Amino acid sequence: MFAAENGLKGDPRLQAISESIRVIPDFPKPGILFQDITTLMLNHEAFKHTVDIFVERYRDMDISVVAGVEARGFMFGPPIALAIGAKFVLLRKPRKLPGEVISESYELEYGTDCLEMHVGAVQPGERALIIDDLVATGGTLFAAISLLERAGAEVAECACVIGLPKVKTKQERALRPCRATRKLKTAVEIWLVSLKDTSKMSKLLLDFDYEEPILALVVLTGFDLLL
Amino acid sequence: MSVSASDGEDDQRILTIKEKIRVVLDFPKPGIMFQDITTLLLDPVAFKNTIDLFVERYKDRNIAVVAGPVFLCISLLISNSVSARIEARGFIFGPPIALAIGAKFVPLRKPKKLPGEVISEEYVLEYGSDCLEMQVGAVEQRERALVVDDLVATGGTLCAAVNLLERAGAEVVVCACVIEVPDLKGHERLKGKPLHILVEAH
Repeated sequence: MFAAENGLKGDPRLQAISESIRVIPDFPKPGILFQDITTLMLNHEAFKHTVDIFVERYRDMDISVVAGVEARGFMFGPPIALAIGAKFVLLRKPRKLPGEVISESYELEYGTDCLEMHVGAVQPGERALIIDDLVATGGTLFAAISLLERAGAEVAECACVIGLPKVKTKQERALRPCRATRKLKTAVEIWLVSLKDTSKMSKLLLDFDYEEPILALVVLTGFDLLL
Repeated sequence: MSVSASDGEDDQRILTIKEKIRVVLDFPKPGIMFQDITTLLLDPVAFKNTIDLFVERYKDRNIAVVAGPVFLCISLLISNSVSARIEARGFIFGPPIALAIGAKFVPLRKPKKLPGEVISEEYVLEYGSDCLEMQVGAVEQRERALVVDDLVATGGTLCAAVNLLERAGAEVVVCACVIEVPDLKGHERLKGKPLHILVEAH
């Protein structure tokens, strides 16, 4: 699922990408380590590398639709769409899209949310790529896949800049009911390091005490850990 | 003052852009004629033309920062037609332009969306007020900045964006939008900054 398994191991561009992603603890709520990609976009080279890696992968996959999940998917999706000659489709929270829409609900940890797409944005038989900045439980992506499939499109792949490995199994569960060839591709992995004891590392948040200060590092598969 | 492209080849590209913008009546409220750019994005040629027109104009102007406001703005009711915009569409044009001209992209967002330390700029709407935020450290002193948004109506959002960038020490060189609602004279609220637009609202 991650970069190494998809032929990106050792790609020097991943270093710049990982280093430019900032982690902010306790945002938007206490206990959450927020993966801030705005610092990635402040680094022109890293931002360009991110787009280039995706473009290289998708330009020959006969993709005519790039669908971006609101709102950070709107920052990565359009440059990719433009480079591969595909249209860009917005997948939005309710009541933001004017005109006729189809809606898909999905579950959050507490409660539900909803994603919408314009009727007529995609045609039956089109091949689609879904983009978001980050995948955690996979719930949003699952809703996005459902919307595109309901409109008759075939989802070739979902692509995210960041994947949170601790919820990998939930991602796979979320996606299993969909049709075949559903794959997640991420460019980087997240490693967690205890700031009390930097030799203590894990990919699982569960391996740490709740109150322990933790640094989340974006680490490239195949590279040595950077502290 | 607003400047539109007027060269022959540009006219052709602008025509493709204008045709693709859909007007949706009574959205998000009765009386509003919503300028929908999603249909522009569904046409790869028209979308590329939009980006190219901006890139060609700005690529040699030493611009280090492209800032994209993301904002809900309901503008004044004039002659029974009101324009409105929903947030997050400023994200769509800014990043491709930034990538093409070698600049960084800085999102300007509604409160509490940006993590870390931010500066805020409040501004007054006809009814109530709203607020735009930028991350501290996103821009540096004397960096030259371009503000990009999909639509300018009253100019309130762009004005707030200009203020944020200037407070951080950047120099705002120009504001650029795909669509202008000319009756609302947004260009007069930009503190003398030039406004470049591609098309006028239907």
